[in-house]
Amino acid sequence: MNGLEMSTAEQVLFWIVGPITVLGASALLFSKRAVLTACSVMVTMVGLAFLYVGLGSPFLGVVQVVVYTGAIMMLFVFVLMLVGVDVSDSFVETIRGQRWIGAIFGLGLLVVLAGAVYRSTFTFVIGGEGAAGDNAGAVASLLFSDFAFTLEVTGCLLIVAAMGAVILTHRVRLTKPVTQPQLMAGRTKRGLRLTPPPAPGNYARHNAADVPAIDPSGRVIEASVPSSLRLRGQVHTLRGLSQDLLEDPPACGPKEVKP
Amino acid sequence: MSVTAYLLLASVIFVIGATTVLVRRNSIVVFMGIELMLNAANLAFLAFARMWGNVEGQLAAFFVMVVAAAEVVVGLAIIVSLFRTRRTVSVDDENLLRH
Repeated sequence: MNGLEMSTAEQVLFWIVGPITVLGASALLFSKRAVLTACSVMVTMVGLAFLYVGLGSPFLGVVQVVVYTGAIMMLFVFVLMLVGVDVSDSFVETIRGQRWIGAIFGLGLLVVLAGAVYRSTFTFVIGGEGAAGDNAGAVASLLFSDFAFTLEVTGCLLIVAAMGAVILTHRVRLTKPVTQPQLMAGRTKRGLRLTPPPAPGNYARHNAADVPAIDPSGRVIEASVPSSLRLRGQVHTLRGLSQDLLEDPPACGPKEVKP
Repeated sequence: MSVTAYLLLASVIFVIGATTVLVRRNSIVVFMGIELMLNAANLAFLAFARMWGNVEGQLAAFFVMVVAAAEVVVGLAIIVSLFRTRRTVSVDDENLLRH
């Protein structure tokens, strides 16, 4: 590292990876689908890991990939699947103009931060490149000597957090578990469907999960499509599917042969 | 130049995270915004650590990561338990403490 300037390789890395991280992060503001947002943030995290390695701390770059991309973002995606991907962001404003006020506050913060960074002068970069080969060793020797107590405290914190997550998501069963015969008796009493719902897809023409099955009289059986697809409104109608099914609905019994 | 560039990038990422917290309603997306702000702080830590040529800044970023991991675990557990009781993840509908 030569003082205030970046080396050419570092400049190339910065100007390629930097915009990618900002692009990935901006999905948080503009993407409507939460899973897509999570994937974009993963790209941001990997880009930041590259920058960390470029900044002479390969240990933290690896930790970034393992902890953020591997553990935290996976946990986010897992919770998104648990909560249901059909739960999308509502764009109804409860406070009028809150979106614009938030955007203006963000812009103001950007101006303040960038101005403060731009106006301040920094010392020559001393750089840790010489120790970059043994970066993990340097971090470890400091971590286990001067910061040993802090390390133990963070260990306690991790254990408490894991216990807290278990306790928060645990539910005490208040009622007796319903057994299979009781479930069946209840369904019979309420006159619900006793058999499993029919499989989606009809007459071997389509076997996609979003195509509803057709009963012998030619009507669509809504229950054959998985409920999550129905919630998201992704069920294919027969009209959108194929014209021949509409003109020639499958009927039970022998079909008349057209001349 | 080099520290300034990294700090400007960190500011942009921080502002995107902060604006996400202000603008979005889905509590999981808001939570991701908080994570992004922590990452921006880490980037600034590492830039300053290299400027001074020592590893204390890297250690600070390391501890930030540990605390962020603990925070994510507890926060997502809260979101899951809220979803179980209220059937929503929107931050507008979570007004249990209002009355």
